[in-house]
Amino acid sequence: MKKILEVESFSKVYGRGCLHCFDQTGAEQTNICPSCKSVVAAHDVSFSLHQGEILGIMGESGSGKSTVVKCLYFDEEPTAGRATFFDNGHQHSLFDLNNAQQRHMKNHSFGMVYQNPHLGLNFDISAGGNIAERLLMYGDNHYEKIRSKARGLLSRTEVLPERMDAIPKTFSGGMQQRVQIAKALATDPPLLFLDEVTTGLDLSVQAAILDLILEIQQELNTAMIVVTHDLGVIRLLAGRTLVMKYGRVIESGLTDQILEDPQHAYTQRLVASAL
Amino acid sequence: MSKASGYPFGFLDEYAKKEVRRSVLKAIALPGYQVPYSSREMPMGRGFGTGGLQLTLSLIGPGETLKVIDQGSDDSVNAVNLRAFVEMTCPDIDTTTRTEEATLIQSRHRIPEKELSEKQVIVLQVPYPDPLTVVEPSEDKRKTMHGEADYSRLLVKLYEDIVKFDEITISHRYPTRINGYYILDPSPIPRFDVPKMHQSKALILFGAGREKKIYAVPPYSEAEPIAFEDVPFRVENFYDQQGNRLSCARCGNQESFLDEFIDSRNGKKVYQCSDIDWCNEQLRLRKEENMKELVREKNS
Repeated sequence: MKKILEVESFSKVYGRGCLHCFDQTGAEQTNICPSCKSVVAAHDVSFSLHQGEILGIMGESGSGKSTVVKCLYFDEEPTAGRATFFDNGHQHSLFDLNNAQQRHMKNHSFGMVYQNPHLGLNFDISAGGNIAERLLMYGDNHYEKIRSKARGLLSRTEVLPERMDAIPKTFSGGMQQRVQIAKALATDPPLLFLDEVTTGLDLSVQAAILDLILEIQQELNTAMIVVTHDLGVIRLLAGRTLVMKYGRVIESGLTDQILEDPQHAYTQRLVASAL
Repeated sequence: MSKASGYPFGFLDEYAKKEVRRSVLKAIALPGYQVPYSSREMPMGRGFGTGGLQLTLSLIGPGETLKVIDQGSDDSVNAVNLRAFVEMTCPDIDTTTRTEEATLIQSRHRIPEKELSEKQVIVLQVPYPDPLTVVEPSEDKRKTMHGEADYSRLLVKLYEDIVKFDEITISHRYPTRINGYYILDPSPIPRFDVPKMHQSKALILFGAGREKKIYAVPPYSEAEPIAFEDVPFRVENFYDQQGNRLSCARCGNQESFLDEFIDSRNGKKVYQCSDIDWCNEQLRLRKEENMKELVREKNS
């Protein structure tokens, strides 16, 4: 299988940081450095991702799971570590790119679906316009082609094409999320980040969105990183999983293995409490 | 020090003029880039053409001929007052209303109909210099967007226009890409005037006094209004319902940008050239033509 992403010893500290930050924080302690009060959101996170694979990152609020994804999508700057993106025989060191290169990478190779549609969508323009924005950033400049592509994507994600020119403000939460997914998929990115995509949606809508994500993965062979605190989502989607606590990876491996036979006490509690 | 007014030549002090000229040089070197400068207080409210005026005062010298127009007219309040101010503070300059006689033209919202020459400079007054203001409120982010030539969100605006109204509804200040990189706000000139910037022989300067920016379209630059591949840019159409090109009620010309107004006597729509100098010239030409005809008839 082709490798798509390799992350090595990634760290992110909020605050000025000190020499003791990493010694005095950790899964067994806390994520706030007692010496300098900096927040160690993530430390020494390493993983790899292959084409068509779904990797789950699981953990409670504040465990640093979203931070990892935000840094990979350039929303935040990492403190340390390396991330290499493999693209058609080219290697890109993600954390060394300049702004323009980052933007190019975002528009051409990555897709992001946020928990809050407000972050991923512009609520002042129509659903179709949101998808057009991404296609225009990608370099498409033909109005009718953009229209038909947007229409195709929206029907693919089961948003009624009649609602294409409506403003996402008038949509239900589930529909907004579908529009976000359609937007993320617009440029056929090889890598998709999903940050708590089903949180806050009702159960039937959750199931439909998860179905959609699985279909997309099977159809397009898109690699995905799924961040969630929901064990059900992990069980359904992810082939491999990282469990994070206080910014550290405490357990990683095949999802089935982690859920059936959790090694770390925290994971054991997590799995037990979910049932 | 000018004796007549008690002000130095050109009202501004030498340092201020030098700064404006340096900003102009930079603006020419980076076509379409908005060069910040320290816009001075002028004896008129910001938003009344102080940016254009500062450019004019910094560039004009004895022996030059100035034309000031406001929406094509030499006689409207803004044009008259600006011209009077320059006449007062710059002795030994000439003013004119004839486009071809002017070496420097300060204009509000129009580029003259008559093609400008390499010897001329046109200064446009700009209320809003940044075309990205409509899509991005943060100036910091706008600067980055300009730096990276990231203009896709302007096209999203066009997309939304076409979705809602079946056409691009921007009537003036049409975003235009200069030499394939920066997109500028060409000031509130009508779409009709945008193609005049393309490969213009004259230097076009833009001054925004309130927003403290100067930018330029150097002579013989590419000026490309943004559009989609399949929805091209088009200028205002002046055709009636029968498909005939409307003509000016005064001079009969059919090529110019027309103003529409209602005749108070009969309530009918009347069209007239917006560029008065152009209209007068067409009238002159028509009269000459008529005279020649008369002479020919007499001789035969």
